[in-house]
Amino acid sequence: MSRIARVQLAVIIGFFAVLELLTRLGAINPLTMIPPSEMAEHLWRLLWEGALNAPMAQTFVNVALAFMLSVGVGLASGLAIHALPRLRRLADPLLASYYAVPFFVFYPLLIAIFGLNRWPLVAIGFVFGTAAMVIATLNGLDRVPRVMRKLARVHRMGRLEEIARITMPAAVPHLFTGFKLALAYAFIGVIAGEFILSGSGLGHAIAYAYDSFDNQTMYALMLFVVVLAITLNAALHLGEQRLMRKRRRA
Amino acid sequence: MSVSAVERDTAIRHIGDTGALIIIILLVWQGLYEAVGDVALTPPVATFANAGALLRSTSFWRHLDATTVAFLVSLAIGSLAGVAAGLALGFHRFSGEVAEPILTALYTLPKVTLYPLVLLIFGLGISAKIAFGIMHGIIPVILFTMSAVRNIDPVHLKTARALHLSPLQTTVTMLAPAVIPEIFTGLRVGFSLTLLGVIIGEMFASQRGLGFLVINGINTHDVPTMMAVILLIVVFAIAASTFLLAADRKLHRH
Amino acid sequence: MPQPHARLSGVTKLFETPQATAVHALGPIDLDLARGEFITVVGPSGCGKTTLLELLAGLTSPTDGSISFEGKALAGRVPPGVGVVFQEDASLPWLTVWDNIAFGLRRAGVAAAEIRARVDRAITFMGLSGFARSYPAQLSGGMRQRVCIARTLVLEPRLILLDEPFGALDQQTRLLMGDELLRLWRESGATVLLITHAIDEAVMLADRIAVMSARPGRIIDVVETGWPAQRNSRIVEDEAFGRLTAHVWSKLRIESMKALGRDDAGNPRP
Repeated sequence: MSRIARVQLAVIIGFFAVLELLTRLGAINPLTMIPPSEMAEHLWRLLWEGALNAPMAQTFVNVALAFMLSVGVGLASGLAIHALPRLRRLADPLLASYYAVPFFVFYPLLIAIFGLNRWPLVAIGFVFGTAAMVIATLNGLDRVPRVMRKLARVHRMGRLEEIARITMPAAVPHLFTGFKLALAYAFIGVIAGEFILSGSGLGHAIAYAYDSFDNQTMYALMLFVVVLAITLNAALHLGEQRLMRKRRRA
Repeated sequence: MSVSAVERDTAIRHIGDTGALIIIILLVWQGLYEAVGDVALTPPVATFANAGALLRSTSFWRHLDATTVAFLVSLAIGSLAGVAAGLALGFHRFSGEVAEPILTALYTLPKVTLYPLVLLIFGLGISAKIAFGIMHGIIPVILFTMSAVRNIDPVHLKTARALHLSPLQTTVTMLAPAVIPEIFTGLRVGFSLTLLGVIIGEMFASQRGLGFLVINGINTHDVPTMMAVILLIVVFAIAASTFLLAADRKLHRH
Repeated sequence: MPQPHARLSGVTKLFETPQATAVHALGPIDLDLARGEFITVVGPSGCGKTTLLELLAGLTSPTDGSISFEGKALAGRVPPGVGVVFQEDASLPWLTVWDNIAFGLRRAGVAAAEIRARVDRAITFMGLSGFARSYPAQLSGGMRQRVCIARTLVLEPRLILLDEPFGALDQQTRLLMGDELLRLWRESGATVLLITHAIDEAVMLADRIAVMSARPGRIIDVVETGWPAQRNSRIVEDEAFGRLTAHVWSKLRIESMKALGRDDAGNPRP
């Protein structure tokens, strides 16, 4: 393991060790925070009892829906925008200010439109992630080397064949970045929505535990969501590394 | 044609495109309203009128002030602390390399998950909102600042030494111009995220502020007010971001 | 007179700039390519050599004049039987060397056994043995160009166009690649047109050398080398080599200075 990785591990372990110490010694008010070991223990118990199955399933479905929609729509839109310069001129200012808008303000609006069910959550995750996918797709398509386009013409490929055989494979690294962002945003959007105003899912479970002064459950769930987020992102990152390894300059 | 004439034409084209985009958005909005009805939406014209009315009402201004204060304080603290941390981590290579993956991982976390912790520490009220704002906005500032420092071309430092410049002169003439554009980009991204953090905080942890007004609209079934407030927030966010983006481009052109 | 393999007649190319003025990039050019000959085109930077190649390939259309290949006019498309090797690396990074070379054959629906035979032969011929399973990212620039050449070769084109294919390589590698190219030319019997800015390369490889002027590029001289087909890089020892190189340089020198002079005067480069 490299020196940097060892220091990182040390920092993370050290952080939790300090927390553990301070909470056990009472230096941190037990009403504010419980020791990390207790969080982990309680989380394990909840998982074992199956108490988290329902909220996990809810959140999982919401995130999956939001992710697939944003990747699908984002990819298709990116392709369309790239192909039609007029559309691109319209889309550019939209994409530039897109992430400046605090999308969460639309959440109550979505509830008004869809009702208090999963669709406002999916919609928020979708809205968050789609632009990232569109931008990544455009980036990927823009950066296809000009020589590859000439190569397609030398091989006398039609437009569709060029896109399938040359453009898309060439754009894959950028598309992957889009996937990563779309997933992260879908996850963030759904959990945040569940937390703010929802009746089910992991985010809601955290809010409920907070409202019920159930610190043990609350922290266990918070730990769970943090671990879940980091694992998901790390998994995608590793997947990307493996896929792209052969394409990386040695 | 001269270069400036081409630039002017491009600028006019941009405005035209943006205008077309706005018209399309308004039409879609109106269409949605027709489909969904009064229960869920108010149409564009009515919303603009309501927004105008809000801006003339004193009770609204009290909420606006609450948000503004929280926002400005978060922005100030987040920016200063973020730039300071970014500079430190950028100049001290090893710490920077250790910190970067950790910060990036924190960036992808749903920060909402940590909200209960913030509330337990700060209680309900303005300090919690400021904490939320800082939480959301500080990481991009740190990351961009770090990157700016690490991208300083060593040639600049060698040139400074060759010219026998003092540390102050080196900083002012060589280092600052090299890092300022990227730091500014970080601040710009941090701006939008800080705004987001403060408003989300208001949505469930406060009885004052624009975020509160929006959530309150749901609870009291007051869709017109809710939409008017949303409109004001969105217009502000876009206007500010456009302005910052233009400034960003100017800085990068040097 | 046997019909030329390819012919450019009165070909001119103008480009539109964003400022809506037209840049006269090339022409008028008249050039005939005899079947099976190896012709090099040499000229100063910006003279339109790449444009010439792209016109001949059918990648772009002339503003004026006509281009024909095997007696048929090009209609703005690349005709079958033409292969192109570009200056930039066009190897496909997501495919292995083997799959890269097989790329065109697979598309053409050639039988699998035939594909295997041709690709394996090309790999051996181009000195890529042992790298069939590697990815382009793991190879040096020279080897990647060999992959691109092999990819073109397996399709057995009748006209091969190369645009400064060895530009990114060091001198010694260039000379050796030149030898390989000559071998390839003899084995395939194809007509080869190679663009280069290196005079020694142009003289060494060619049956004929077309010397181009500064922009707008026109052909100011065509030099016959009279080399035997069985030649390689050791032709540099021949007395005629020095004479030919001097001759080409004397024509080019003035044009190169013109090309530089233009930039000094602040005119836009193409």
